[in-house]
Amino acid sequence: MMRWLPFVMTGALRFLGEGRLQTGFIVGGITIGVAVIVFMSAMLAGLEANFLRRVLTSQAQIQLLPPEQVARPLRNRPDEIEEAIVQRPSQRVISIDQWQTIVRRMEALPEVTAVAASMTGSALAVRGAASRSVSVAGIEPERYLRIVRLTDYMVAGRLRLASDDILIGIELARDLGATVGDKLLLNGMGGASRTLTVAGLFDLGNKGANLRNTYVALRTAQSLLGVIGGVTEIGLSVRDIYAAETIAREIAASNVVEADSWIKTNAQFFTAVRAQKNTNTLIRLFVGLSVAFGIAAVLVVSVIQRSKDIGILRAMGATRGQILQLFLLQGGLLGFAGSVTGSMLGAGALAYWHSVARQADGSELFPLIIAPGLFVASALLATATGVVAAMAPALRASRLDPVEAIRG
Amino acid sequence: MAEAIVRLERVSKSYAIGLPAETEVLHGIDLELERGGFVALVGPSGSGKSTLLNIIGLLDRPTRGELLIAGEATSRLGDAELTHLRGHRIGFVFQAHLLVSAFTACENVMMPMVIANGRSSPRIEARARDLLDRVGLSAVADNNALNMSGGQQQRVAIARALAMRPDLVLADEPTGNLDSKSAQDVFALLREENRLSGTSFLIVTHNMDLARRCDGIIEVVDGRVRTA
Repeated sequence: MMRWLPFVMTGALRFLGEGRLQTGFIVGGITIGVAVIVFMSAMLAGLEANFLRRVLTSQAQIQLLPPEQVARPLRNRPDEIEEAIVQRPSQRVISIDQWQTIVRRMEALPEVTAVAASMTGSALAVRGAASRSVSVAGIEPERYLRIVRLTDYMVAGRLRLASDDILIGIELARDLGATVGDKLLLNGMGGASRTLTVAGLFDLGNKGANLRNTYVALRTAQSLLGVIGGVTEIGLSVRDIYAAETIAREIAASNVVEADSWIKTNAQFFTAVRAQKNTNTLIRLFVGLSVAFGIAAVLVVSVIQRSKDIGILRAMGATRGQILQLFLLQGGLLGFAGSVTGSMLGAGALAYWHSVARQADGSELFPLIIAPGLFVASALLATATGVVAAMAPALRASRLDPVEAIRG
Repeated sequence: MAEAIVRLERVSKSYAIGLPAETEVLHGIDLELERGGFVALVGPSGSGKSTLLNIIGLLDRPTRGELLIAGEATSRLGDAELTHLRGHRIGFVFQAHLLVSAFTACENVMMPMVIANGRSSPRIEARARDLLDRVGLSAVADNNALNMSGGQQQRVAIARALAMRPDLVLADEPTGNLDSKSAQDVFALLREENRLSGTSFLIVTHNMDLARRCDGIIEVVDGRVRTA
C-alpha cells in the first residue's frame, strides 16, 4: 500500500487492478473513443489551418474597391415617375478616388498592419501564334509582398518587377510556350500594348489562377490599362484576421470605397467548416455518451460484485463519503487512462494519415498540428465524463446497507 | 462490579414496519456486557442472534430502546458518528472470513487504521505486521488474502479486528467454517487476545463446547435473552 496515496485512491486502483479484464475492455473502449475525437479534431484543425494559410497568403485580408457604378436617371420634375426598369451600367475600369489619401488613412489605423495599392485589369498575352486572355495586376512589390507572399509561390526565375518585367503562372507559360527570359506582348483592352520580359514563374496551387494571373509593376499596369496614376484596389492586412469583416464594414462606412473581407469572399468555406465542426461536435457527443454508458455499466457490475467488500469497509469505519469517492475515482481513473492511450493512438493515426494523404499536386493534405492543448482537453473531458458516469453506481455503493452488503 | 462496555435497554427490532408483514425479531432486550468479558452468544438459527450482533456492532439500528457503547448512548447519533464509533471502538470477525480480496494479508490488517487515518504510514504498517506476528502469520503477511487457508484467513480477520485496539470485538461464528483443529486454534487465539489486551469479546457460536469455555453464555431464544 503506497503511503502517500489516500486510502480511497489506493482502493480505487486495487479494485480496478483486480478486475483487470473488465478494466482492460472498458479502457480499450475509451481509448478508441478518445482516439476518434483526437484524430478528427486535429485533422479538422489542420485542414482549416491549411486553408487559412493558403487564403491569407494569396489574397489581401481586406480589399478596398471603387464603389459600384450605378445609373441615376435624371428627373425633370420632383413628382416625375421613373421608368420601371433602369438598365445596369457596364462596370468600367476606374481608379479609387483619392486613393493616396485612403492609403495614408489606412496606414494610420492601429488594427491594420500592411497596405498595398494595385491596378488590376484584363489584357491579351500574345507569343507568336498563341494568345491567352489574362488578368494583369500592377503592384509595388515591396508593399504587396507584405500582404501576398508571392515569394512562397515562385518556382522559376526571380521575383523582380522592373517596368518591362512580368511574372506569369506555370500553366500560362506552358500554353504560350514561354519560360524565364522570353518576351510576351500584352495588349490592353483600351488599345495600349507593351512587350514584357518573363522574369519569373509562379505556382499558386490552382490551375485557373496559374493560367490567368500575371503580375507587372504598378506603373506598367497603369499605362497598359489606360488609368494613369490610378489604382483599382487597395489591399490590407490586419492584426486579428477574424475581425476583418468588422473592420471592413467600418472602413466602408467612413470612406468612398467598397470593402470586402476575406471572410465574406470565402463565405462558402466558412459554411463548410461550420458544418464540419457541427458534425464533429455531434460525433464527440455520441462518442462521449457511449464512453459514459460503458463506464457506468462496468461500475454498476463492480458495485454488485464488490458489495461484500463495501460492507466490510463500512464495518471497519469507512464512511459513505469514502465509498462514494472510491467509485467516483474509479470512473475518473478509467476516463483518464483511456484518454492517455486514446490520445497516443489518435496522434499515431494522425501522423500516419498525414504521411499517406496527399493533395493532387503531391503537397500535404493538412499540416500536422498536434497541439498539447487538445490532449489536455481530451484528458480533462474523459476524466470528467468518467466521474459523472460513475455518479450513479457510486451513490448506489455509498447507500448500501452494511448488513445487506455483507450478507451479499 | 466491572464497567459495562455494552448496555442494551429494552431494545426491540422489527422488519417491514407498517406493513402487513411486519415482524418483531427482538423483543425488549436488556443486556450488559462487562469490559474485558469473553462471552458466547448462542441460540438456534433464526432466534435473532445475528440481528442482535449487528445492532451491538452499530451496523443496524434498533426499532425501539437504547444501546450504549462504553456509556455513550447511540440512538440519537447520525450515520457519520455511528461509523466513527464503529471504526474506533468495535472490531469484527465474520464467519466467512470476509477479507478484501484486492489486498494482501498485511494490507487487510492495516485497513481499519488506514481508513481512520486517511492514508498509510510506517507506524500503521508496523502495527499490522506486529499483529500478524502475534497470530503467527508474519511469514505470509505479503500474500494475497485469498491465497491463504481458511484458518489463516480467519487469523488475519482477528488481527484486523484488533488493529484499532477496540473496546469490543464481535465475532460471528468465527470457527463455523473451520475444521476442528483450526477451530480450536482460532478460539485459543481469541482467548489469548482477550487475556493480553483486555478487549471484550462477544462470540456467536453453535459449538456448545466452545461456548462453555467462555466466561459467560447469553442465549437468545425467539428474540429474547436468557443469560447463564
